[in-house]
Amino acid sequence: MSAHSEAGTPVGASPETSAVSSHRSEPSYLSAGHTLRSWLFTLDHKRIAILYLITISAFFVVGGLAAGAVRVELISPRGTFMSNEVYNRMFTLHGVVMIFFFLIPAIPAILGNFLVPLMVGARDLAFPRLNLLSYYLYLAGGLLALTAAVTGGVDTGWTFYTPYSTFYSSSQVTMTIAGAFIAGFSSIATGINFIVTIHKMRAPGLTWFRLPLFIWAHYATSIIIVLGTPVVAITLLLVVAERVFHIGVFDPRYGGDPVLFQHLFWFYSHPAVYIMILPAMGVISEVIACFARKRVFGYHFVAGSSLAIAVLGFLVWGHHMFVSGQSMYAGMVFSFLSFLVAIPSAVKVFNWTATIYKGSVSFDAPMLFVFCFIGLFLIGGLTGLFLASLATDVHLTHTYFVVAHFHYVMVGGAISAYFAGLHFWWPKITGRMYPEVIARITAVILFMGFHLTFLPQFLMGFAGMPRRYHYYPPEFQTLHVMSTAGATVMAIAYLLPVIYLVWSLKYGRVASANPWNATGLEWQIPSPPPTHNFDEVPVVTGEPYDYEHLALSENEEADGTRAAVPRPQLDPAARGGAA
Amino acid sequence: MNNPVFPEQASSFAVEVDAIYYLLWALTIGFSLLVMAVLIFLAYRYRRGARVDRSKPVHSDLRVELLWSVVPLIIGLCVFAWSAHLYARTRIPPDDAMEIYVIGKRWMWQMQHGNGVRENAELHIPVNRNIKLTMISQDVIHSFYVPAFRVKHDVVPGTYTRLWFRPTKTGRYRLYCSQYCGTQHSQMDGWVTVMEPEAFERWLEAEGNEANVKTVGLADAGKQLFDQMACGSCHGSNAQTGSIPAAQRGGSLNGLYGSLVKLKGGRQVKADEAYLRESIMRPNEKIVDGYWAIMPSYEGQLTEEQVLQLIAYIKTLGKSEPPRGGQ
Ligand code: HEC
Ligand code: HEM
Ligand SMILES: [Cu+2]
Ligand SMILES: [Cu+2]
Repeated sequence: MSAHSEAGTPVGASPETSAVSSHRSEPSYLSAGHTLRSWLFTLDHKRIAILYLITISAFFVVGGLAAGAVRVELISPRGTFMSNEVYNRMFTLHGVVMIFFFLIPAIPAILGNFLVPLMVGARDLAFPRLNLLSYYLYLAGGLLALTAAVTGGVDTGWTFYTPYSTFYSSSQVTMTIAGAFIAGFSSIATGINFIVTIHKMRAPGLTWFRLPLFIWAHYATSIIIVLGTPVVAITLLLVVAERVFHIGVFDPRYGGDPVLFQHLFWFYSHPAVYIMILPAMGVISEVIACFARKRVFGYHFVAGSSLAIAVLGFLVWGHHMFVSGQSMYAGMVFSFLSFLVAIPSAVKVFNWTATIYKGSVSFDAPMLFVFCFIGLFLIGGLTGLFLASLATDVHLTHTYFVVAHFHYVMVGGAISAYFAGLHFWWPKITGRMYPEVIARITAVILFMGFHLTFLPQFLMGFAGMPRRYHYYPPEFQTLHVMSTAGATVMAIAYLLPVIYLVWSLKYGRVASANPWNATGLEWQIPSPPPTHNFDEVPVVTGEPYDYEHLALSENEEADGTRAAVPRPQLDPAARGGAA
Repeated sequence: MNNPVFPEQASSFAVEVDAIYYLLWALTIGFSLLVMAVLIFLAYRYRRGARVDRSKPVHSDLRVELLWSVVPLIIGLCVFAWSAHLYARTRIPPDDAMEIYVIGKRWMWQMQHGNGVRENAELHIPVNRNIKLTMISQDVIHSFYVPAFRVKHDVVPGTYTRLWFRPTKTGRYRLYCSQYCGTQHSQMDGWVTVMEPEAFERWLEAEGNEANVKTVGLADAGKQLFDQMACGSCHGSNAQTGSIPAAQRGGSLNGLYGSLVKLKGGRQVKADEAYLRESIMRPNEKIVDGYWAIMPSYEGQLTEEQVLQLIAYIKTLGKSEPPRGGQ
């Protein structure tokens, strides 16, 4: 990488900010305008992040309600209140909304949008208009998918397997696919924006290996998005072409190959699981460093493993197709590569654990969500190996075992990390503290509810319970009821933050600029940040996560062996020359 | 009622699949507990305010990184190798296997035994015999899954897929369609009944007589069809039939099944069920070397069942008549 950061465009050097030393030189981005217009047409990445936050949360509620309906339906082996048709539409709605409209955009579009410019010391993303466009594309795609859901629904599952989706399903396949297709462009726009911003707009002194790991994770994610999303977009178009115009691609009756669809679909959708987890891993690195008061152990390995995952992730799609009729030798290669791709993830977990060694750990809510993440992601990742291993996958694929696996990684992993991040940066985003005690309780409830919901699914999967089954053999009822009970507990754990975070907007303690004494650039500016982020272009002179002197002083403080050291509000390193 | 946690081990693969499965659980639980224990221990020991030695913190160590990448990798690759080896055995059916044909359609399984006995949503098989299923779907993708045997394979339209196993315990086991196939996906299930060999023979006899019409063996039905569709006018073994000039006929089909066919362009393919099916339904996809592409396509004119009958008949041709010589 020859483009060194020193060459990056310094932003913020305009006269109206550089002359002022006070941080309150500009109103916060939240008070920069109160009209609806000032929100809906904003080009400020922070405001766009808020638009995303609100919309994505709404989709999370929709997906969650669908999940709840499915779980209630499964209390009894013959269903409780739905017909087959409704049941099939319900789990499809759940999958489509959660994957395409919640998990894929959640961390990048909300936290990434808000934080990437702040963390690299820039005033905004490289292309603010593209950023706004990405939001509206997302919104349009989402609304289209919801329209499809209320005007008949879709019953293909989120995977849209052919030839069911191209010929046999009489539901709103085309409209839903159009929704996912449009949302794909939103992802691509965000990905391009991140890549360009990270390449070109880093503050002076912010070299690649001084970047926070959150940035590395988003960089790797963006590469996957930009390379992978066009493939799924074309694939979905082909489905529509066959469905509407009967152009033979996938249906053997028109001379097509139904298994081809699975290759194309998973070529994107396997990397897509990393689109969901890599940003989550970025969050974990930030939070754990802050609350352990330690530099992240093996920084280069954690950063590099993100890239390794991005590359290897494109080579393992066939592990979703071990029983589809793909050749035995292809299966072996894909299995082998899947075992390899697990290593970079494991390396991250080990490095996070080692970060705590000789740290100074506090147990605030974000940190508890990090423990949640590690505990759940370990099991999720390791059960991936049961499915990467050929002989066991033959038995376990298409069963609840797979369902449990991916919920452990995506819900246990990605959503715990999302919560960790949301709590961690909540004071920065809103200028208010969330209520600490109840947030900690939430993390604990979430952890328990999660296991109760999904551990039984491993058991029933192994015993042969197929997924996407409306009616099921009575012997599985106990396990299904346990799972539904767990889902109820989880529902509480998801409802609580909605209530207390909204509550905190008005009644929460006012947050200081840096309530956690964190070192990132985003913490060196007021909470909530002014519209233009930085009064002066920050100049970076050291490595990230410069926490250890804090650990020292804080512990001496606690010991009472030395008078309290004034907490540095500004990392001197981050405020070098300029102006 | 089946056990909802420990499924019956009723095939020759089951024990070994379970061994790998439990090994993986041991590794999963071991690793998770280890990491969580270390994490909690460190977090407690180095909790803020605790008076511990925090001097000389470490920030990176290549040896440690290598250690915790390579050790899990080696363990993982051992599991991979074992599992892949077992998988290879599950994919290659032995030659002596008893053949049964399976047709999946929404939302029902249809099985065809060699003697023509047909069952719906039920499969009767003898214990301790290798069973090979040749499967095809009439519509969408289904998946044939018998948890007690630890086997499963997708059943795809347009091409045959194969599955084999050796039941080791008599009993009744659940059969599922495990690939989502639409409205009544979860009702596309059934039972596999594994019987003692004598009981199975009796069952097959009785079932054959019970069906009020005299059951015709699959291959016999195929022969009737072969004549009816006049395949013989081009593929007759004594090639003087009809008015079609020799140059426009196809070759003899004797000994075709299982042989290596040389195609136009020099490629060779093995004449398995999938090849035979394609030759009948889409003859122009692969042209036999030395012949013209004049065979009509029978796609749409034959049901999957009829294709299976024709194939069963063509397969017998290799056995009863001398193998075809060089043409
Ligand atoms: C008009 C003549 C004609 C008729 C009728 C015909 N075939 Fe063929 N068949 C051919 C020719 C010519 C070939 C070789 C060229 C090719 O591969 O298409 C062939 C090839 C085949 C092959 C592959 C042979 C090989 O050596 O690999 C099979 C199997 C076959 N036919 C089966 C059938 C069956 C079953 C029917 C009746 C339903 C049938 N054919 C009717 C002309 C015919
Ligand atoms: C750490 C290494 C991982 C390995 C080795 C792994 C392996 C696998 C395998 C082999 C399958 C296919 C199972 C089957 O269909 O039979 C699978 C399914 C899945 N995995 Fe993973 N996985 C890993 C991590 C993840 C992560 C991090 C995520 C998401 C955040 C994830 C999400 C999924 C999803 C969504 C599916 C199922 C898709 C579907 O069929 O609907 N996995 N995984
Ligand atoms: Cu995958
Ligand atoms: Cu089916």
